[in-house]
Amino acid sequence: MTATTTFWIIIVGAVFTYLTRIGGHLVLSRFDRVHPRVEAGLNAVPAAVLTSLVAPAAMEGGPAEIAALATGAVVSFLGGGMMTIFFSGGAVLIALRHFLS
Amino acid sequence: MSAECLAEPRPSSYFLSGVRESIPITLAVLPFGLLFGALATEHGLSLFETVLMSATLYAGASQMVGIELFNAPIAPWVVVLSIVAVNFRHVLYSATIGRYLDHWTPLQRSFGFFFLIDPQFAEAERSMENGRRISFAWYMGLALPVYIGWVGESWLGALFGRLIPDAHAFGLDFILPIYFLSMVMSFRKRPLWLPVVGVSAIASIIAYRTIGSPWHISIGAIAGVVLGALLASTATKEQEQ
Repeated sequence: MTATTTFWIIIVGAVFTYLTRIGGHLVLSRFDRVHPRVEAGLNAVPAAVLTSLVAPAAMEGGPAEIAALATGAVVSFLGGGMMTIFFSGGAVLIALRHFLS
Repeated sequence: MSAECLAEPRPSSYFLSGVRESIPITLAVLPFGLLFGALATEHGLSLFETVLMSATLYAGASQMVGIELFNAPIAPWVVVLSIVAVNFRHVLYSATIGRYLDHWTPLQRSFGFFFLIDPQFAEAERSMENGRRISFAWYMGLALPVYIGWVGESWLGALFGRLIPDAHAFGLDFILPIYFLSMVMSFRKRPLWLPVVGVSAIASIIAYRTIGSPWHISIGAIAGVVLGALLASTATKEQEQ
């Protein structure tokens, strides 16, 4: 592709990306009251989207990757905070990759 | 006067607490910014195009998809469509978070939404859940270090891509899934968390295996959101009866 085409793909892609980032709010703010079902659906957004980002990565991963995520989940259920989950999962990943390779 | 200061912290302190909370995000994103810069130049993008992409699109996954497709024999609008497909989930983010931003001016909202990436959304939701109002100063304190870092890393990655150490040995390539998992777990006290996580996981994996990336993100997300809406409606009906 020519340099100009690349430039314009980036610009048009950026404009549309910005529209996705403001669009949901623009649509929703036209309504005076949010239907309870819509409300409940939106409350499910963080868990739903973040899970969709993780799950295929876990499926594609080998034992080290799955063990790292499992460690993170267990640490969280034991009451660990964000940073503890982050670093314990990372440590298990690095250790297992060294031993399993 | 001093009492007033205690009752209403200044915007600068909100900004700084946002900056503090941005540190883990900046760390998690760091290898991907460098990797994007390195891959972009490898795929033939100029330094200017690489930095422009990070500065204007500001969406890692879609930027990776973009550079993969620039060299493919397909029409430019298909590249744009693919980028938008990866970023479609942001519609849900702004609808979700916009409900809490009535106290922002329209200008603050149109500026702030530009920075609404995955971790920004997740941290803002978490902040709401902990009973804190999302102030514009806090939001920008969280957003700006991540943004500046992302653009700077793409630039560095493009310049020094070949010097990047073995990302696999240091686990850098898998740092983002671990970060996203910790965010998933931080919402586990929400109603219907487990069914939503289960359905989104199954739907996204099936979509990943059949239709393929990047559609699995939107499909998995919509499956979880629809389930949340359906289950909530039956729960309220049971309460009414």
